[in-house]
Amino acid sequence: MSRFGSFPRRLVHVVIVLFGITLVTFFLLRLIPGDPALAILGSSYTHERAVAIDNFLGLNRPIWSQYGLFMERLFHGNMGYSFFYNQPATSVITSHIAPTLFLVIYSAVLALLISFPVGFYSGLRAGGVTDQGSRVFFTLSFAMPGFWLGIILILIFSVHLHAFPISGFGSGLPGHLYSLFLPALTIALGFSTVLVRSLRAATITTLQAEFIDTARMKGVRWSQILWKHVFRNAVLAVVAVYGVNLAYLISGTVLVENVFSLPGLGTLLVSSVSQRDYPVVQGVTLLFAVLIVAINLLTDVVQAALDPRVGQEIGS
Amino acid sequence: MTAGPAAWAASPSELLMKAAARAAGRRRSTVRRRLTLIIGLVMLAIAILACVLAPLLVSQSPTTLDALHPLAPPLSHGHLLGTDQFGRDVLARILYGGRIDLAIAFGATSVTLVGGTLIGLVAGYLGGKVDSLLMRLVDLFFAFPFLVLIIAIVAMLGPSIFNMFLAIWITSWVSYARIMRAQTIVAKKQQYVLAARALGYGRTRVMLRHILPNAASAVIIFSMVDAVGNIILAASLGFLGLGAQPPSPEWGTMISDGQNYILTSWWLATWPGLAVVFVGVAFSLIGDGLADLLRPGER
Amino acid sequence: MTAPGAAPLLSVRGLRSYLATGAGVVRAVDNVSLTVHEAEVLGIVGESGCGKSVTCRTIMGLVPAGLAYSSGEVIYHPHGPRSILGASQAELRALRGAHLAMIFQDPMTALNPVRTIGDQLLEAVTAHAKLTRPEARERAIDLLTRVGIPAPARRLSDYPFQFSGGMLQRALIAIALASSPRLLLADEPTTSLDVIIQDQILSLLLSLQQDTGMSMMLVSHDLAVITEVCDRIVVMYAGQVVEEGTVADIITAPRHPYTVALLDALPQPGRQDPQGPLRSIPGSPPSLIDVPGGCRFAPRCPLAVPECQTWETELLDTGEPGHATRCWRHDQVGRDPAGKVTE
Repeated sequence: MSRFGSFPRRLVHVVIVLFGITLVTFFLLRLIPGDPALAILGSSYTHERAVAIDNFLGLNRPIWSQYGLFMERLFHGNMGYSFFYNQPATSVITSHIAPTLFLVIYSAVLALLISFPVGFYSGLRAGGVTDQGSRVFFTLSFAMPGFWLGIILILIFSVHLHAFPISGFGSGLPGHLYSLFLPALTIALGFSTVLVRSLRAATITTLQAEFIDTARMKGVRWSQILWKHVFRNAVLAVVAVYGVNLAYLISGTVLVENVFSLPGLGTLLVSSVSQRDYPVVQGVTLLFAVLIVAINLLTDVVQAALDPRVGQEIGS
Repeated sequence: MTAGPAAWAASPSELLMKAAARAAGRRRSTVRRRLTLIIGLVMLAIAILACVLAPLLVSQSPTTLDALHPLAPPLSHGHLLGTDQFGRDVLARILYGGRIDLAIAFGATSVTLVGGTLIGLVAGYLGGKVDSLLMRLVDLFFAFPFLVLIIAIVAMLGPSIFNMFLAIWITSWVSYARIMRAQTIVAKKQQYVLAARALGYGRTRVMLRHILPNAASAVIIFSMVDAVGNIILAASLGFLGLGAQPPSPEWGTMISDGQNYILTSWWLATWPGLAVVFVGVAFSLIGDGLADLLRPGER
Repeated sequence: MTAPGAAPLLSVRGLRSYLATGAGVVRAVDNVSLTVHEAEVLGIVGESGCGKSVTCRTIMGLVPAGLAYSSGEVIYHPHGPRSILGASQAELRALRGAHLAMIFQDPMTALNPVRTIGDQLLEAVTAHAKLTRPEARERAIDLLTRVGIPAPARRLSDYPFQFSGGMLQRALIAIALASSPRLLLADEPTTSLDVIIQDQILSLLLSLQQDTGMSMMLVSHDLAVITEVCDRIVVMYAGQVVEEGTVADIITAPRHPYTVALLDALPQPGRQDPQGPLRSIPGSPPSLIDVPGGCRFAPRCPLAVPECQTWETELLDTGEPGHATRCWRHDQVGRDPAGKVTE
């Protein structure tokens, strides 16, 4: 029986969710009180443009027809027109994707590098100095707004120590890694709170399992047991938590990009909101949701690959 | 693994003393757990009182301009925490601004708590089509990063404090629904529910009087975590200019303003952030304390 | 079967293992002495909580650290006269697997669910021997065959959840025997299996023992299981040894009221009223935290007299060779053909 037996079911589920996302995004625009054309055009309001928008959105038509129009355009990659940037919304959005993706991956990796050693060690020496210390540290960082932490880091490392740049994306890979270090660290620390706690609990539980006794009974070296049994099993328990919190991470990028003035989707979203650039707002929201769906799918795949028991659950 | 060659030479009575000490230590940690809860409650009480009693604590109003002393550092010219670029007292702004953020913490959380819990309860108890429908809806909301969705909603409705409440109400109930539904499904199969049904109690009564009290602990603990999240959310929206509008003081907007002066006046962004951390830690400790209290045996 | 006069392999003397819990100190093993000889199967029988599992774990050094206190001597004779109870980790590691091995009650939890059986078996095979991959694999397949698992080569890449309970227990046995230990401690190996499989596993253990000449310490609460397989029996109650002797002696002439009660409790088709109730032992074992003085079985003992609760118990010789008991009224313990306790 294939381990990915439930995969087709998963895909169907994903497609349904994607449709739902388009539905929600579609209705977002309809939330605007008053005349959408006026809202969208703002100061560039002219009668012809208003009529063009009305036609574009199909506001004269029944709602399901509007949705159909919306979906059809979506399939062609047409998200509407950004009057602020004077370009199709799609091209505005695509030009801002790179920094965000880079930041997301960077933070995900950093979070791993920080939380795994700390979480594992805290679990091994539960009640010890590292454990207590990290618990205090992470309780504090959990209550910290991500953007504020970012500002504090800027204060310490950029303003006073001049170790890192205050803002910007940098150029070239080393440039990106350097400029994005503080932002990625900000997100990673928020992310790590949950990861450390989960890994610690998973480590403690795994250490008490009977198969650890079996491994010791065989005469296996303790270091080997730690790595091949304790760590391996504890990490498995954390994969799901990691994936779920990745969504939180996405929210984090929006704020952090603003704090560090990174030219990514987050900054685009916020500036579009102040600019009343609704098509772009719609497009970015849609993109974020799709990103999350992709991440969740990826998490499931990784979990299935690492844990042989996953395919066994019926109707998971 | 034995305790080592030296230990097994010790007499049993010494061991008994050690064991008794360890047992006593376990009792002490129960006190320590209650302490977590108490400290959290005290901190929260301090925050609430400080903000509510603000007029009694600071002589200045948050909007008074001290034109002579803009950007004054802390502890200067009668301004404990300094002033901002308009000469407004930072401490006053924090205490008055806290009212908005605390209002969100309580107002937004309580509505989503009640609403989400009821929906989850109904979905879990009734099962079938109702459950499927509601859970599809929940899954749908979970597909969006909350902040992005809230930003989008606020964007459409227009930035204001009330719209912030609205946006949170629309999106945050899903977490509670999911938790409560899971708890309800488990509770449904328990003996006491079967007994109640056998006695002929109606569905509503069973749901509200029997299942809800037993399953409530999980959602209540979560609500503390959610409260922290909502405060940070409110501050975030304020930071992005989507929540409270000037000149209302609010911690997020203060941090945002403060960032512009980061090179010269560090205190503008720092104090409001610490305020958020203070309240956030308070809620966290309450949540941890409750979790330990309601689920014993978790270290 | 033990050859008469076989040399002792493992001697446990005055073993105490106390566990510190929130409720107080549990005297799980309280002055236990026993000996396992070469090529012998020793059975340890007793109710749940009597200390038989903790005894095994203490011998192997697998009691959780920080919660336990152990004293006494555990002498594994091939290793020398020094007790291994306080030995260093390196010493213990050299012994575990290659000399002393243990199998646990529930094979599902005793094996890592996310690693293949092959991985875990290879881990055991290479723990004490430097083998190349193909050599190790061959040995693994050989072991699986010996424990009666069909299609062993294919099974190496299977995970524990793909095995049935009985098959998994066989795999666990294979793992325990990987480095050819001289003593196998089996802690309730059949308790979580259904009856038919139980028989198969017991036969397997017995045939393996006879083939390899290793010794075995079989722990169970089921006296029927013990009497089927073992050469000698140790009966434990409330952390102490209350009787020991050969299987024949114990079954035909038990010398402790508890042993009699255990034998009585065995369903005996043909010797007992088929409509009558199953005989159980009234009362329950004493708390191991506030241990009562005197004989610990006295409250439940049909032979008890007031002196029993003040007598500092010790193991007494019954007169028959190798048969000892912790009852000072042992000469009055008997068993008539109808299976009743006589006074």
